[in-house]
Amino acid sequence: MTIATIDSSASQPARASLFYDPVIRGVVFQVLLALFIIYLVYSGVTNAANNLARAGIATGFGFLNNRAGFDIGQSLIPYTANSTYRQAFFVGLTNTIFVAAIGIFFATILGFIVGIARLSKNFLVRKVAEVYVETLRNIPLLLQLLFWYKAVLSALPAPRGSIEMFNSSVFLNNRGLIMPQYLAEAGASIFYASIAIGIAVAVVIARWAKKRQMATGQIFPTIRVALGLIIGVPLVVLFVLGVPFTAEYPELSGFNFRGGTTIRPEFMALLLGLSLYTAAFIAEIVRAGILAVSKGQTEAAFSLGLRPNTTMRLVIIPQALRVIIPPLTSQYLNLTKNSSLAIAVGYPDLVSVFSGTVANQTGQAVEVISITMIVYLTLSLLTSAFMNWFNSRVALVER
Amino acid sequence: MTKIILSAVAGAAALTLGAHAASAQTLEAVKAKGYIQCGVSTGLAGFSNTDDAGEWTGLDVDFCRAMAAAIFDDPEAVRFSPLSAVERFTALQSGEIDVLSRNTTWTMSRDTALGLNFVGVTFYDGQGFMVPAELNVDSALQLSGASVCVQSGTTTELNLTDYFSANNMEYNPVVFEGLEEVNAAYNAGRCDVYTTDSSGLYAIRLTLDNPDDHVVLPELISKEPLGPAVRRGDDQWFGIAKWVYYGLVYAEELGISSENLEEMLASENPDVRRALGGDGTFGADMGLENDWLVKIVRHVGNYGEVFERNVGADSPLQIERGLNALYTDGGLQYGMPIR
Ligand SMILES: N[C@@H](CCC(=O)N[C@@H](CS)C(=O)NCC(=O)O)C(=O)O
Repeated sequence: MTIATIDSSASQPARASLFYDPVIRGVVFQVLLALFIIYLVYSGVTNAANNLARAGIATGFGFLNNRAGFDIGQSLIPYTANSTYRQAFFVGLTNTIFVAAIGIFFATILGFIVGIARLSKNFLVRKVAEVYVETLRNIPLLLQLLFWYKAVLSALPAPRGSIEMFNSSVFLNNRGLIMPQYLAEAGASIFYASIAIGIAVAVVIARWAKKRQMATGQIFPTIRVALGLIIGVPLVVLFVLGVPFTAEYPELSGFNFRGGTTIRPEFMALLLGLSLYTAAFIAEIVRAGILAVSKGQTEAAFSLGLRPNTTMRLVIIPQALRVIIPPLTSQYLNLTKNSSLAIAVGYPDLVSVFSGTVANQTGQAVEVISITMIVYLTLSLLTSAFMNWFNSRVALVER
Repeated sequence: MTKIILSAVAGAAALTLGAHAASAQTLEAVKAKGYIQCGVSTGLAGFSNTDDAGEWTGLDVDFCRAMAAAIFDDPEAVRFSPLSAVERFTALQSGEIDVLSRNTTWTMSRDTALGLNFVGVTFYDGQGFMVPAELNVDSALQLSGASVCVQSGTTTELNLTDYFSANNMEYNPVVFEGLEEVNAAYNAGRCDVYTTDSSGLYAIRLTLDNPDDHVVLPELISKEPLGPAVRRGDDQWFGIAKWVYYGLVYAEELGISSENLEEMLASENPDVRRALGGDGTFGADMGLENDWLVKIVRHVGNYGEVFERNVGADSPLQIERGLNALYTDGGLQYGMPIR
């Protein structure tokens, strides 16, 4: 907490008593407030513990070490029914972060495209973008999720009638998109290393190219060179190594496909719903951001001979970003929190796994809900912190 | 920092929770408000479901109506709270409902760690599997590799895991919180298998697009004793709930039904006289009137009538009495003596 200080400079006359010293008063009030809050929290917790004990309800966090005993359909980390509730928690958490991160990625790209399209000179493009925004913004997200889930499920055939792709190695059906899984062999680490080195070298080159352009005006084809380094070179390495991966192909056996990896329809529906919905809001933010850049900037850029595309990329967007980023952060937070609607479409996110199943199997709703709330709070604070940092980087540097 | 928020949240949540748990006088509170708040399912035919007229019906519903009849002489003095599996225990703990009568399995952890007391077993059940007939499966042991639809926060979720791992079979769980969503997913072919209490399977089968295209497999993989529960800490209310259940069964044992009630009231049989309040102060001792069971049987019937009407021969579910027959008929239903 910061203490509001009034500038009590030396020129002030000697004070009659400490009682009237604004600094001291401020401190005293802050301390009193802090004590009061501590008391509230303390009495709330003791009261809660007593009441739970009197009601015969188990308390404490010991349950986290007990065996979970239930399965989870999708997990990014190792998990079986023999894992603990704590591990079940981490499965839910990683699933939440996973869908939120990918959702943010797609929502941002789509949002920028639609937002720019709304300002297009082309009537059709403009109208399509407008209809998109107005429709998706105004239908409750839950309905959209249920719609996508139903649409995804009913559009896809049963496993036996799967849509086959890529020489019968990829299958699409109402159990999901089933793809071969590549298991690393010895030598795979060299391939990974070549990607890492490619990225590092690309970064160095980009910096050098920028410096050179600043100094001499010469343009270097950074993007193409970077792509070559990050994708091209590793590809060559891959083949030189003789592709150090074994593919495990999915196979239809009995009811379902076995082997390979599956992108489940629950995940697809949730990702689709979250990205499309949030993109509509981001589009409006982007549009507002661009409109906030004065027209003179465009005219100035044109008169320097920049083409519309370059003007957009180098002049308008960087300035618009300053207006865009704060509300964009809110959208990212919304998307993350909205992912808790996952349970409606059967995606095992944190709320579904932890506040749903775990809370019910252990009966420790108070503990479970508290943990869940802290997690969402932490995720939000982390996202905000990151976006604030990013915002300070793009902020206008006054020269 | 985290600790503080945590405790604050826990505290705030439990402040309300505790206020109710501490008060032991549910009967008085219920009488004062004039109705019982009864927690039921969101709609499971035969157990708790709204009919065409919007009236709640079912075995679980009738238990609450029997309580209302015993207390108010009015089976309509009940308000129902539809609850998902995940919501039900919190609703009871927090005092939102007075009794939970929602096809809930009596398990040890629920009985000991949740601050609840189970009243009795109104329906002995076991968990089963339903599959589309076209899969040509006739045993649950052939289900390896299947996608299974299941509702979260249930014993079903746990039994399923145990059964498949015990038989070295793999499966793919598809879990939803709401019954509607599970049904829709199964209907859309998202899963090969639907699993829940077998009574539930029969009820759900009737709501599917083509009930005849689905079969319930013969295996029952668990014990699911379903019964009502009340909050711990109010022995009087617990006693009333227990005796409403025993009374329903005992009335059937004694042959007292809604049809012959008037004759029975004139009976000289001492067991019947005690049950119907002709002798003793059994009802008053429990906090009600002595003719409490007369009111139950008049408005709701005995256990057998409740069973047949809702899930048995007179219902679309056509479930046999089986374990739910009276002990005298080879079942497990046994009413404690009124003496
Ligand atoms: N008896 C089991 C399962 C009870 C259960 O929730 N069954 C489901 C499927 S039959 C149900 O009744 N759902 C109704 C609802 O959610 O409203 C338990 O107590 O955990």
